[in-house]
Amino acid sequence: MKTPDNVISVRNLTKQFGSFTAVDHISFDVRHGEIFGFLGANGAGKTTAMRMLCGLSIPTSGDGQVAGCDILTQAEDIKRRIGYMSQKFSLYGLLTVEENLRLFSTIYGMSDRQIREASARLFTDLSMENMRRTLVKDIPVGWKQKLAFAIATIHSPEVVFLDEPTGGVDPVTRRKFWELIYKAASGGMTIFVTTHYLDEAEYCNRISIMVDGRISALDTPDALKKKYHATTMDEVFRIVAKEATREE
Amino acid sequence: MNEAILLKDVTKRYGSLTALDKVSFSVHPGEMFGLIGPDGSGKSTIYRILATLSVPDEGEAEVCGLNTVRDYRHLRTRIGYMPEKFSLYPDLSVMENLRFFAALFGVSVRENFDLIAPIFGQLERFPNRRAGALSGGMKQKLALSCALIHRPEILLLDEPTTGVDTVSRSEFWDTLATLREKGITILVSTSYMDEANRCRRIAMINRGRILDTATPEALVASLGENLYNASATDMFRLLSELRKLPEVTDCYTFGATLHVVADKDFIPAQAEKRIRDAGLKDVRIWPAKGTIEDLFIRLTRNENS
Amino acid sequence: MSIFKSLVIKEALHIVRDRRTMVITLLMPVVLLLLFGFAISTEVNDVRIVAVVDRHNDLTRNILERLQVNEYFTFQGLTTAGEVEGLLRSGHTDAALLLRTDDGVLKSQIIIDASNTTSAQAATAYIQGVINNASSVSPVLTSTLYNPQMKSAYNFVPGILGMIFILICAIMTSVSIVREKETGTMNLLLVSPIRGSTIILGKLVPYFILSCAILAIMLLISYGVLGMPVSANIVNVILISLLYIILSLSIGLFVSTLADTQLTALIVSAVMFMLPVIMLSGMIFPIENMPRLLQYVSCIIPARWYIEAMRKLMVQQLGIDFIIQETVILISMTALLLLFSIRKFNSVK
Repeated sequence: MKTPDNVISVRNLTKQFGSFTAVDHISFDVRHGEIFGFLGANGAGKTTAMRMLCGLSIPTSGDGQVAGCDILTQAEDIKRRIGYMSQKFSLYGLLTVEENLRLFSTIYGMSDRQIREASARLFTDLSMENMRRTLVKDIPVGWKQKLAFAIATIHSPEVVFLDEPTGGVDPVTRRKFWELIYKAASGGMTIFVTTHYLDEAEYCNRISIMVDGRISALDTPDALKKKYHATTMDEVFRIVAKEATREE
Repeated sequence: MNEAILLKDVTKRYGSLTALDKVSFSVHPGEMFGLIGPDGSGKSTIYRILATLSVPDEGEAEVCGLNTVRDYRHLRTRIGYMPEKFSLYPDLSVMENLRFFAALFGVSVRENFDLIAPIFGQLERFPNRRAGALSGGMKQKLALSCALIHRPEILLLDEPTTGVDTVSRSEFWDTLATLREKGITILVSTSYMDEANRCRRIAMINRGRILDTATPEALVASLGENLYNASATDMFRLLSELRKLPEVTDCYTFGATLHVVADKDFIPAQAEKRIRDAGLKDVRIWPAKGTIEDLFIRLTRNENS
Repeated sequence: MSIFKSLVIKEALHIVRDRRTMVITLLMPVVLLLLFGFAISTEVNDVRIVAVVDRHNDLTRNILERLQVNEYFTFQGLTTAGEVEGLLRSGHTDAALLLRTDDGVLKSQIIIDASNTTSAQAATAYIQGVINNASSVSPVLTSTLYNPQMKSAYNFVPGILGMIFILICAIMTSVSIVREKETGTMNLLLVSPIRGSTIILGKLVPYFILSCAILAIMLLISYGVLGMPVSANIVNVILISLLYIILSLSIGLFVSTLADTQLTALIVSAVMFMLPVIMLSGMIFPIENMPRLLQYVSCIIPARWYIEAMRKLMVQQLGIDFIIQETVILISMTALLLLFSIRKFNSVK
């Protein structure tokens, strides 16, 4: 189970809230450098599972490692070794680009020298030099996303969690963002991503679909389409999600 | 013909930001009309004006033949408005919410229950649950029930499917179709391009401007024929290789394949060969059927450049 | 069911379902009143005192005897002038009385630990009283009117009411209106055919009823438990309180037109209205003792006028004709706030 190739590896991960089992004995591995799509209907337990993986919530039972840390005993260490970004909250709008950058790198415990190097690299990579002192709320949504991703990965985490990173974003920006993800993954970073856009599921190396707190399907998009005799991931998702019995 | 909704050169500014720039379109009675555009494109501002919550700086808007500024009081009883966030009272129960919104319009739940019965069906099992404890899909159904309880002629739905999973989304569109059959005019907005096909006509909006208005079929047809699918084992490299080709005007990911927009000189077999020569395996390029999303990408690309 | 009735019921459900706030709003006034009434008082008991006497005579003996029998003092005995400072500093005593007889005339000096100024002042006054009584030389007669036992609770009842009503009416009302703005339900109310004034009234009435309930509880405690003198004036007390409640509701409405988030509403009403009530209304610190500038500022604080009127009515037992000025000021403030907020509320978008 503990192979160096797996960045995330969980076994029988379970979370109960009272009599309600939000996440029910899920087991899976995410390999190094993989883009792993984590799909599921509303209320299937995606968010709860993700919180456990990020060290924000302690599982009721089961065990596992994320970025080499035990999720039961080393939740604090996990937080330092992962990156996290979501569409809902990513950056502080009333701080400038540079101030956001400095804030988050300090939170991740980087030294002044590391911050200087990282920000120099980031500004040239994103060609954002002229926006350094602009308030984040004033920059266009496409740039904001790029920046949020760059900041979520500024400390070179082993794995970055993207929680619906493209919700409500226009088609062009959405695609540019995925190109960014590809680039990061080809550089060896592991990507763990949730989305409601099922065309984006096709871009993942492997997909898991959660239904009623369990993982009902887990494979490459091609294999899943073959298995369910479907032509798109959208169809696959509909077939798998239909099994749901949980009352919302 | 009297239009159900009519916007004439509506402009709205917030400080230096122009939220709507001479927006004009009309919705026929009994039509399902879609407003398609990303977040921040001005969809919600249109809704606020039609719902009489906001006044246009220039131009005017009419709903049911009533001016949204002058006749707002009469107008309000004839529209059902569901704002972007499902606006319910989280500390009131399902039934309390419904009863409250019925009372606001001076109707009883019983007299109009037939209209919402198909939507409310699943909610009936837990009438005493607090609205705040409902799941996203259930909240959406309750919010729609509340917007319908006074039997409006026109339903204004602002992004009713945002943040809702694909199964619930398609159920929701089925519900809207049955409401439309009952003669209710529906103006619905979405940032999901694939939902456009559920509407009879759509208006595409970006940065406060209407890009085009027509039936989805006509819009897709306007894309022309120079659209291709492309696939290979390494999709990311394929993307950059295709972009290098001079005949390719645009190339972007599209689900399992890439979509290639090319000019007339583009010959798929030649392109395949050139890319294979660059070292990629399993290269295939074949004609693609365009979608609203392709059109949106084209229109916004033109605008951005 | 009428629209108005369902608005009020809805609002009442919000209040009742928010258990924690409900308990706090009902319990806090009672606890505050009992705290100020019994536990916290500006009266001074048990002042520990030492004396330094250079030459004993009848007069000094008389004074020392009186100190010994006085229940407010614990007489710790005689000491020398050199030790006084040490005793005070180490906290072994609270005050020292130095008596010196020069040419047959008694000169006295009081040295007191004034780290708590309030108790130091009271203690000084007591000691002076003792000396005056004993020397029987032109004694100053102090006669405390209206509040003969000098019970501090009396003084605090109007202040606590002034604070509580701001809390419930201004803070809770504004937060509840702004919450509807935040969740978007206010938009749904606005697009319905009901009038803006009905929406506002539907919001205010439940909090008005809640405030009346609290007023009743507070009056019961004041007259029943704290033993305030009951008289026909109680009608005036109720009337002026109702006026003040309406004023506080107008403040809540006013704040809600300014704020867009619940947090802003909370901060604005707390900083602009709650703090001044405590600091500047005369509830704790007498207005006459404030710097001139702050005295002017206190004039625009509604609670100042309410508390003044209430003290006249409850403590001094004066008739309604003595509080005309306060009443007029309160009514004009209400009218001004209501006018402004309703105009702002109706002004579109």
